[in-house]
Amino acid sequence: MSENVGIVIVSHSADVARGTAMMVEQMVGREVPLGWCGGDPDGGLGTNVEAIMAAIDKAWSEKGVAILVDLGGAETNSEMAIEMLPESRRGRVVVCNAPVVEGAVMAATEAASGAPLEAVRRTAEELTPA
Amino acid sequence: MMIDRDTRKRLIETVANRVIANAEELTDLDRAIGDGDHGTNMRRGFEAVLAAADELSAKAFGESLKGVGTTLVMKVGGASGPLYGTLFLSLGKSLTDEVSREQLAEAFAAAIEAVKARGKSDVGQKTMLDVLSPVLAVLREGGEGFPARLRATAKTAAENTIPMKAIRGRASFLGERSIGHMDPGARSSALIVDAVADVMEGRA
Repeated sequence: MSENVGIVIVSHSADVARGTAMMVEQMVGREVPLGWCGGDPDGGLGTNVEAIMAAIDKAWSEKGVAILVDLGGAETNSEMAIEMLPESRRGRVVVCNAPVVEGAVMAATEAASGAPLEAVRRTAEELTPA
Repeated sequence: MMIDRDTRKRLIETVANRVIANAEELTDLDRAIGDGDHGTNMRRGFEAVLAAADELSAKAFGESLKGVGTTLVMKVGGASGPLYGTLFLSLGKSLTDEVSREQLAEAFAAAIEAVKARGKSDVGQKTMLDVLSPVLAVLREGGEGFPARLRATAKTAAENTIPMKAIRGRASFLGERSIGHMDPGARSSALIVDAVADVMEGRA
């Protein structure tokens, strides 16, 4: 079990999600638990609640998980996935209001320092224009 | 009304088939102002619902509605999955096999609030809520022949989204350019109401 907050990347495109995850691994390293998913249940562009839940599980840390999303449905489906988690985990997963690539790298950098979930989220969200 | 197993099956099949039959139109509408996947997503979701129709309708009405909601959440693959999923999950929380129009209206009102919260949206923003909300008013009013009024109200309400400017969802990226197109989610909601009205009238 990692000491660090986990990061989940949710994109409409599996390629974008995978590419973002590779950037995080290269720039931040592997000490941050990382999960990613992209694509609808048939493999087309879209997002998928079941896959998001699996990605959260993969990136699970007792300190929580921060999710970075790209567009509309990715956010709505991530929020739905959080609600469908076991109650013990639900309160420890947040969706960051931040651009997916930059947000994932910034959030992971913060997470790698051992920061708590709220700090990880705040760091990612600093990228969002007020 | 008594929503027995046969009625539940008819409801599920009629709604699912109506959405599937009109998937192309939904995709065309979404291509104009969204990302063009509403029809494909809804078809995938309701095909999964249809495949589970026997199993879903064998459960009590509340549980079968929740089952429809969960299936849509898991299978749709776009924002409409959680939105319609939330609508059916919420309806399933309070409805039982024996249901009055008043109870239905009350459950529908709660479901609309749940959809608003899920989509962080409200009436007047060119969404499915612009159909669901006027439909609720007709449900509350009741009276002779209200299923026909449900159908007519839903159709008109969907058409009324044409001149609206989108504030939520992908269409909001278009701003003023979203004006002049019917909202795909409003249209899919009208299709579902239409199918339910058919079952209420004994036409399906």
